[in-house]
Amino acid sequence: MDEGLLDSEGAMIEFLNLIASEPDIARVPVMIDSSKWSIIEEGLKRVQGKPIVNSISLKEGEEAFIHHARLVRRYGAAVVVMAFDEKGQADTLARKTEICKRSYDILTQTVGFPPEDIIFDPNIFAVATGIEEHDNYGVDFIEATGWIMNHLPHAHVSGGVSNLSFSFRGNEPVREAMHSVFLYHAIAKGMDFGIVNAGQLAVYDDIDPVLRELCEDVVLNRKPAPGALSATERLVEEAPRFKGDGAKQRVVDLSWREWPVEKRLEHALVSGITEYIEADTEEARLTVARPLHVIEGPLMAGMNVVGDLFGSGKMFLPQVVKSARVMKQAVAWLMPFMEQEKRDMGLTDRPAAGKIVMATVKGDVHDIGKNIVGVVLQCNNYEVIDLGVMVPFQKILDTAKAVNADIIGLSGLITPSLDEMCVVAAEMERQGFDVPLLIGGATTSRVHTAVKIHPNYARGQAVYVTDASRAVGVVSTLLGDKRDGYIADTRAEYVKLAEAHARGQADKRRLPLASARAKAPKYDFASVPPKAPSFIGTKAFDDYDIGEIARYIDWTPFFSTWEMKGAYPAILEDEHYGPAARALFEDAQAMLKQMIDEKWLTARAVIGLWPANAVGDDIEVYADESRTTPIARFHGLRQQIARDSARANMSISDFVAPKATGVADYVGGFAVTAGIGEDVVAERFARANDDYSKILSQALADRLAEAFAEHMHQRVRKEFWGYVADEDLTPQALIAEEYVGIRPAAGYPAQPDHTEKRTLFDLLDAEAATGITLTESFAMWPAAAVSGLYFSHPESHYFGVGKIERDQVEDYAARKGMSVAETERWLAPILNYDPARILEAAAE
Amino acid sequence: MRAPSRTEARLRALAAERILVIDGAMGTMIQQHRLDEAGYRGDRFKDWPRDLKGNNDLLSLTQPDIIRDIHRQYLDAGADMVETNTFSSTTIAQADYGMEALAYELNFEGARLAREACVAAEAADPSRPRFVAGAIGPTNRTASLSPDVNRPGFRATSFDELRAAYAEATRGLIDGGADVILVETVFDTLNAKAALFAIDEVFEEKGVRLPVMVSGTITDLSGRTLSGQTAEAFWYSVRHAELFTIGLNCALGAREMREHVADLSRLADTLVCAYPNAGLPNEFGEYDESPEAMAKLVGEFARSGLVNVLGGCCGTTPDHIRAIVEAVAGVAPRKVPEIDRRLRLSGLEPFVKTPEIPFVNVGERTNVTGSAKFRKLIREAEFTARSTSPASRWRAARRCSTSTWTRACSTAKGR
Repeated sequence: MDEGLLDSEGAMIEFLNLIASEPDIARVPVMIDSSKWSIIEEGLKRVQGKPIVNSISLKEGEEAFIHHARLVRRYGAAVVVMAFDEKGQADTLARKTEICKRSYDILTQTVGFPPEDIIFDPNIFAVATGIEEHDNYGVDFIEATGWIMNHLPHAHVSGGVSNLSFSFRGNEPVREAMHSVFLYHAIAKGMDFGIVNAGQLAVYDDIDPVLRELCEDVVLNRKPAPGALSATERLVEEAPRFKGDGAKQRVVDLSWREWPVEKRLEHALVSGITEYIEADTEEARLTVARPLHVIEGPLMAGMNVVGDLFGSGKMFLPQVVKSARVMKQAVAWLMPFMEQEKRDMGLTDRPAAGKIVMATVKGDVHDIGKNIVGVVLQCNNYEVIDLGVMVPFQKILDTAKAVNADIIGLSGLITPSLDEMCVVAAEMERQGFDVPLLIGGATTSRVHTAVKIHPNYARGQAVYVTDASRAVGVVSTLLGDKRDGYIADTRAEYVKLAEAHARGQADKRRLPLASARAKAPKYDFASVPPKAPSFIGTKAFDDYDIGEIARYIDWTPFFSTWEMKGAYPAILEDEHYGPAARALFEDAQAMLKQMIDEKWLTARAVIGLWPANAVGDDIEVYADESRTTPIARFHGLRQQIARDSARANMSISDFVAPKATGVADYVGGFAVTAGIGEDVVAERFARANDDYSKILSQALADRLAEAFAEHMHQRVRKEFWGYVADEDLTPQALIAEEYVGIRPAAGYPAQPDHTEKRTLFDLLDAEAATGITLTESFAMWPAAAVSGLYFSHPESHYFGVGKIERDQVEDYAARKGMSVAETERWLAPILNYDPARILEAAAE
Repeated sequence: MRAPSRTEARLRALAAERILVIDGAMGTMIQQHRLDEAGYRGDRFKDWPRDLKGNNDLLSLTQPDIIRDIHRQYLDAGADMVETNTFSSTTIAQADYGMEALAYELNFEGARLAREACVAAEAADPSRPRFVAGAIGPTNRTASLSPDVNRPGFRATSFDELRAAYAEATRGLIDGGADVILVETVFDTLNAKAALFAIDEVFEEKGVRLPVMVSGTITDLSGRTLSGQTAEAFWYSVRHAELFTIGLNCALGAREMREHVADLSRLADTLVCAYPNAGLPNEFGEYDESPEAMAKLVGEFARSGLVNVLGGCCGTTPDHIRAIVEAVAGVAPRKVPEIDRRLRLSGLEPFVKTPEIPFVNVGERTNVTGSAKFRKLIREAEFTARSTSPASRWRAARRCSTSTWTRACSTAKGR
């Protein structure tokens, strides 16, 4: 940070203090960049991590250099050393190497600086300036880099790349190409750091070959043939041709269409281009003996490139899913020929690397994650038999037997699915299976798999899979020759986890229910009486405007669905994910527009507002203001955590005035969906071999449902209940929950019991009003749906009930009129004890 | 690398043979005396204008016999090293009592009392050398966190203020006879870096060099320090100080601390030290893990080769230390691993430049010469345009986080 007109020290301090409070930014190390030592030092005093100082040099002589280096060390930073000495900045190879060597020796011998913490900047200067002495600057840097790597052990090389193309200011495509060519050669020599605007960097292989050649001539200072124009002159002459119209219009580069067919197939797969895939596949088929050879040859080769890029973090999930779409369409083109061949020659199916039967378990409807895993596996030549959602265990097992599956994969999002997975595991054991069982989905975990699922399936092995990017590794290990070792490791790990879990269980002390209730918060309901809603009863909305809903979408979870972690909109500019995120976002916007214009989906909602009062940990709901007979009762669960602070032990009922106060209070409820028609859309894409669009449409429907819930909540606050009629918040502020009141959902932390949805749905008559139905596990169908309660109390907030004890379970079961055993089943994930163990103890 | 000091060479030789044991809580032991206001004041401060009850470090001046006796009890229990009663003896922490001017004296006397206790113990058993660890606490202010959510750029203290306070404390500790300087209960790494900077300056000024130990605090089950770093990132932030030990103390019990100690054990090319609390606090805020239970847990650390130095923090007593001494007797100490030479940086999380990362791109948009927009923002001092409202982030964080962070020693009035 230098600039005459700035208070540079002040700006450095303020900026570093501010980014320290932004966890997304503060995650990564900082480079403190200034040519003024005083500014660097102010920066060093503000950074808790280990930063890099950029830069120090011999410019002011050895004494100052040593002094600065000692301080850098004392502050605990790494350092960039500029190739600069008393005589000036190094321009030639000889000067660069001389200064770097001298700096290195002083640092390592006199100062005791660790060589691995030294990064040299041997100066990148502008080339193609028209001054002949500048022509070799690129070569000098690249060669100096190679020399440093060979002579100064453990040191690194960095540089500010944009200087190089300074003479082409205003012509971004040419500048990008020059940077890309330069880096290509410098990195090959060992340059391992650089200050580059990653968003504006062409991929070396993607540069127009003519431009690339011109840039290479300039950067590498290739001599022209006698009498011909110099490299600089030629680039200057040709540059305007590549400039574009300035608005950075994206020119579709079709030069790859000139390549041999194998290369074209690979390019289409890596870039996710479906446009020419059928023609290219057909062309390839005509060159080989059997259609299968196209798959085994160029298509698999292309998918291997995709797999390698994904594995090394150079491609991201949405791009891989797009590649899979290309692959699927190519295979679909070949299928009839293979069928024909089979009929003609009596051949067998094409060999897959393995067969995997996948399903979302009975009672659950969520399958985006499972679909993504399926696609990624297919990319790697596994045959995936996807049974869809709400699949009973017998169907899963029958299918697995029929196709002779190598692996079974289960997915689930809601907590009751955890129980169902244990059932599947137990049934596999009983029915003599021994194939591995993969477990995945939002509520599943390594601990749950180890403690609850694994013991049910001793004959085979249950394995927890974190996310789609891990799935291929796990599957290939399980089907490869390292299988036995891997299973043994997994078993050992699960035994350890289960033991650690059991030890942890014994330690978690909870308050007795009576003590927890004594620590309930005491809100003052009398002084500010709750606002009466504008109507009592329910109100339904059919065919709600999806365009309006879309304004309220929170995009951050959309990206995390695709395993791209980062907050929107910053993720679009993220150095790592940026390009992939922008492409995905563009596709999403385009599909969203189509969804709205062509009415792919229907949104429906029903809300209800009723007089209500708390009775103990429950909430009684009344038909009218007479408050005589309750028409329903919502049950609350109370935190039993033993805290050393005065903080209250919460239950949702605390946000409603107790009956005994005589204060007239209210509660609301809602069920919304943006997913009517979702399954038809998904099915349409599935039939077109377009998993990418299928998953995209499901992810969008999910986001729309959440947005609808957000939007409807705002209308309830301002209009229907009207307790904050003057609220004026932007959609962004809504996402950040800067409003009064909450809308907790059954099955989530504030009330983890999914069965409460039944009460809400009956009260709202939600099935009839919206078409949303509940499965036997109380998942909502369609999956793009949200339901919950509304609370208006100014102190109302989200909290987690956490683990509860048996005394509360017994009390809760009695209040709900359910048996303790059944209650324990629904609340299994939050029990602070093992019901089985209590049964055993009772039997003894 | 600098040549290690003589004390460090002696300590390292001992640590190569066995696991060393550092003492347990000071605060817990002081509490047992149930001193009243007059007890804290003594004669010297009977007219001091502010309340002094709770200023445990002051007892080094007003109740030296109590402090010396606590050291004696720990030495009798078998501790190789006792910590001075100087956790809050900085000008910054003493400001609460208006006793900034006493900071040097508190450190000097704190070290002197511990020295006396060690000399007595060595006289009784000359075969066993004992060491004084001069304790430097975190103060009650943070250099990299704002106490005001509405002003994320604000800081209640600065590196230079901390550095001056820590330098004074270090001088007192060295002059009073400390063998080792222990920067402990680090919940903000920037505070610790200021301490290490000051210690290095004082060493230079005095022409001495003592072994330096750093002990961080993972504040809760999120596995991060209060200032947000992982154990690995924390280690890279302080590694430049060429430490005698790196380790963890406070906030967690041994069980919760284990995985983070294991991380340091794997990554640190120096000795590893751990002194956890006696479990997590119960509903009364007390630490009630028994000596046997705790010794069993840290005994496992020892047998698994995770540690070189063990001890106890909040809630531990001489009985705990005795149990730990027994549990580690004859157990081989951790071997310091060879760590690859790599550029190891950190923010909240570590970044290691491995050969698998061929090229590291440094973001250039927050550079006034690299970005016109950034230059304009800087000029207009409109930083907030770059960051979303911190208040809303807080709300979101509060909603997601179910863990509560345990208050570190400093606010719980000393170990």
